[in-house]
Amino acid sequence: MADVVVEQGRSVRAASPRKRTSLHNALRRKSTVAFFLTLPLILLIALLVLYPAFYSAHLAMLNKSMQKFVGLSNFTFLFKRDTFWMVVRQSCIFAITAVFFKALLGFIVAHFVHNLPAKGQRKWRGMLLVPWVIPPAMSTLAWLWLFDPSYSAFNYTLSFFGIGPIPWLGDTFWARFSVILVNVWYGAPFFMIMYLAALKSVPDQLYEAAAIDGANWWQRIWYVTLPMMRNIIAITTLFSLIVTFANFDIVRILTSGGPLDSTHIFATWAFQVGIQSSDIPLGACVSLFMVPILAVAAIFILRDVSKRGNEA
Amino acid sequence: MADVALRKVVKRYDDVEAVRGIDLDIADHEFIVLVGPSGCGKSTTLRMIAGLEDISDGDIMIGGDVVNDVPPKDRDIAMVFQNYALYPHMTVAENMSFGLRLKHYPKAEIKARVTEAARLLDITDLIDRKPKQLSGGQRQRVAMGRAIVRNPKVFLFDEPLSNLDAKLRVQMRIEIKKVHQKVRTTTVYVTHDQVEAMTLADRVVVMNKGRIEQIGTPNELYHKPATRFVAGFIGSPAMNFIPCRLEDVGGTLQLRLTDRIAFPLPPARAARYNALPRTDKLLLGIRPEHLTESHAHLEPGVETFDTVLDVTEPMGMETLVYFGLDGTPICGRVNPNAGAKDGAPMRLAMDLNNMHLLNEATGVVL
Amino acid sequence: MSTLAIDKGGPTRKVKYRSMSRDRTWALRWSYFFLVLFAIFSLTPPIYMLITSLKSSAEISAATNPWWVFHPTLSNYVELLTSNQFLRFFWNSAIVSIVVVMVTMLISIPAAFALARMKFWGSTTLATGVFLTYLIPDSLLFIPLFKMLAVVQDLTGITLLNRWYVLLFIYPTLTVPFCTWIMIGYFASIPKELDEAALIDGASWLQTLTRIFIPVALPGLIAATIFAFTVSWAQFLYPLVFTTSVDQLVLPVGITTTLIKGDVFNWGQIMTGALLGAAPPLIIYAFLMDYYIAGLTAGATKG
Repeated sequence: MADVVVEQGRSVRAASPRKRTSLHNALRRKSTVAFFLTLPLILLIALLVLYPAFYSAHLAMLNKSMQKFVGLSNFTFLFKRDTFWMVVRQSCIFAITAVFFKALLGFIVAHFVHNLPAKGQRKWRGMLLVPWVIPPAMSTLAWLWLFDPSYSAFNYTLSFFGIGPIPWLGDTFWARFSVILVNVWYGAPFFMIMYLAALKSVPDQLYEAAAIDGANWWQRIWYVTLPMMRNIIAITTLFSLIVTFANFDIVRILTSGGPLDSTHIFATWAFQVGIQSSDIPLGACVSLFMVPILAVAAIFILRDVSKRGNEA
Repeated sequence: MADVALRKVVKRYDDVEAVRGIDLDIADHEFIVLVGPSGCGKSTTLRMIAGLEDISDGDIMIGGDVVNDVPPKDRDIAMVFQNYALYPHMTVAENMSFGLRLKHYPKAEIKARVTEAARLLDITDLIDRKPKQLSGGQRQRVAMGRAIVRNPKVFLFDEPLSNLDAKLRVQMRIEIKKVHQKVRTTTVYVTHDQVEAMTLADRVVVMNKGRIEQIGTPNELYHKPATRFVAGFIGSPAMNFIPCRLEDVGGTLQLRLTDRIAFPLPPARAARYNALPRTDKLLLGIRPEHLTESHAHLEPGVETFDTVLDVTEPMGMETLVYFGLDGTPICGRVNPNAGAKDGAPMRLAMDLNNMHLLNEATGVVL
Repeated sequence: MSTLAIDKGGPTRKVKYRSMSRDRTWALRWSYFFLVLFAIFSLTPPIYMLITSLKSSAEISAATNPWWVFHPTLSNYVELLTSNQFLRFFWNSAIVSIVVVMVTMLISIPAAFALARMKFWGSTTLATGVFLTYLIPDSLLFIPLFKMLAVVQDLTGITLLNRWYVLLFIYPTLTVPFCTWIMIGYFASIPKELDEAALIDGASWLQTLTRIFIPVALPGLIAATIFAFTVSWAQFLYPLVFTTSVDQLVLPVGITTTLIKGDVFNWGQIMTGALLGAAPPLIIYAFLMDYYIAGLTAGATKG
């Protein structure tokens, strides 16, 4: 790459006095350098992201042994299965509930941290982000152990209050509750950090002005904080919606989809169908159902991101 | 060291012409200042000389060679930027020597040049600091040092003092002038501040809307502006422009300002303006220092009139007085002891020996 | 009228002052109260990991108070750290993560530089495309990637499935888009005059990148490196799908699949393994928290 750059300087100097052409060449050379700098990125995205994404659509239209093109019959097959509709419903419940509580909890905690004297904030922030730092596969194992049917530390504690034992992972309702709880535990710190950064970017004068105008605590949040943070809240929420919707680790390790497939979401069910049961086309088909929701969220994020770019 | 020449230089961005054909000859060792309001094309011109912008048409020559297609690094120029553009991760010495190191100069020579430049700029003690640890003025010196060590043919300054506070700006202005007196490198300096332009330049180039309005020494520009733009841009407070017309009254040429006020022109001026059509709409250009309090012994050509002051601004060594003549706001400079008061009547004297007469339509000084 | 107003003004003002300082104290107390609650919620799983890891199997199955260690022992740690299998997982994870970080940086930095500074045909579209790629989750791609690897393996005869090194190609799809995106942000925040000064000083594009941009954007580079490392270290789905033999597994998959044997859960060892697996990201976080958080928030605030 260095050679190209050196070459650029030398040949420009030697170029003919017709500046229009030499300028044109220089511009083209700059584009060439830029192209080579981005080529690995383009190749990576094209070969290992875009191609598989479209390949997935192709796979979804083959039969189980992948020798025959069957059109949309995998899709129609899915539509007739109750498990599929349960997965759709559970995916939506899981993602929406988890994101809502992550966002809410993150917002509340960010406020409390922001309330603290500046000196202590770092310590608390550092402590509260720990769930996000631990690889989810590792921390979910800890939750699995906390939810253990016979040795659950939660049930041990609750028994002192006369509650329980709760079948954390054995009962449909509680299993769904548990996977959401673990997801909220894992994701709320991310919201907290994002909100905290946004809170810090709201100028103090605005709060002072609002206080002088007679706004109380709640009005200050409603009329100053929230509008100022709207963009970050929107991006973080949409972003988390995508990640939560496509979640795999937590459900896979905690319940593997059970009991009776009731906690399966798209990713875990696609894994079970596509990899464990070796029906790759059907698995691809299942995972493709994530696309519409991901696309809608992505469009909204992109709109916000480009809006932000225009403002800058 | 070298001279710089611009021949019909044009810069187009898509369909906007930022620079519309500039001809300029800069002599060796000369200190030239490009001055004008923002968007007048002065920075673009400087950046074209530097090679940071391509030129759309025309030629730029440095030391007699056409450099249109020469990349910046081979033009043998050095540039000082408005925000200094010091490399934040390098020490002062490393900042100054970066260009030399890229060109693989011997270590001993690099050290000698850096030491010499640091001594010249009085930053020897700061040589191992990072830019973050320096004050604005010190950063400015380092940026100049980075230019000096290269020993280039031309220095280019792009509004180098704009980020400094007023006091420091005056100090650095003198500093730049001193450095130029020592190194004598041809310098092109861009600023929007006419005081900076006047104090620094051998010759000032006043630009407006992508064109050169006038080139001249500071005194020429001040006393003999060619256009209304230059007359109004140079000098602070700015020159007053009063609508007027010429009249012949009993064989003498008179300048009528309002229905009430008309002055006979001094003989030299009368001879100069006699050929003008009497119907032309004209502007009288008069600097505030030529509008003073009236006193007993007035020189010939100084005429008095009475007015009521709107506002006065005591500046200490003088008092600025503001009033209106038929709705035209006018500023004068009077002695602080002359008794000027807000809202009070005052008799003022206008020195017509230093007047300018402009054509209102074309803006040309007649 | 005026006396009335003064009469009213006096007492209310006094009350207001007192209530304001009291408000603030109470707000602080409530803040601490809820933060302590939330901290307990946040730290329970990792602390419980630690507690369990210090217990023997006998103590665990005795069902004594689960929150307390009565006979602390390091036997779980000794056992795992002398087990070739566990060390193999650890080694696989380390090598994969480190190589992926390097590959990511080699791809991201030049691309981000070109996208931030060298406007060329399609550069804006590409930058947007990079961001969109970041939004495509692993759970959408693992099935087609699995099939692609199988097809390529059949065509070329190179074993790709069930080999840890295939992860070196796959992980960058997760790390490169985000790292490129935040590096674009960091590079774009460098003033344009700095590269112009370098250009006049005689630096080529490559020298501008290596000698000016990379050192100046070092904090961003560190943040991106941390991100790439933690993502590679934590990735679970791809290795679960692409590797199966015990000697090819990385840590997250190794712990969940080999330590959980049928019905016999050796929880002491599982928690020890999980804690050791969580240790590298936690240690990096403890030392480079500010960079970690900068990287986390950069995605949304730099865009």
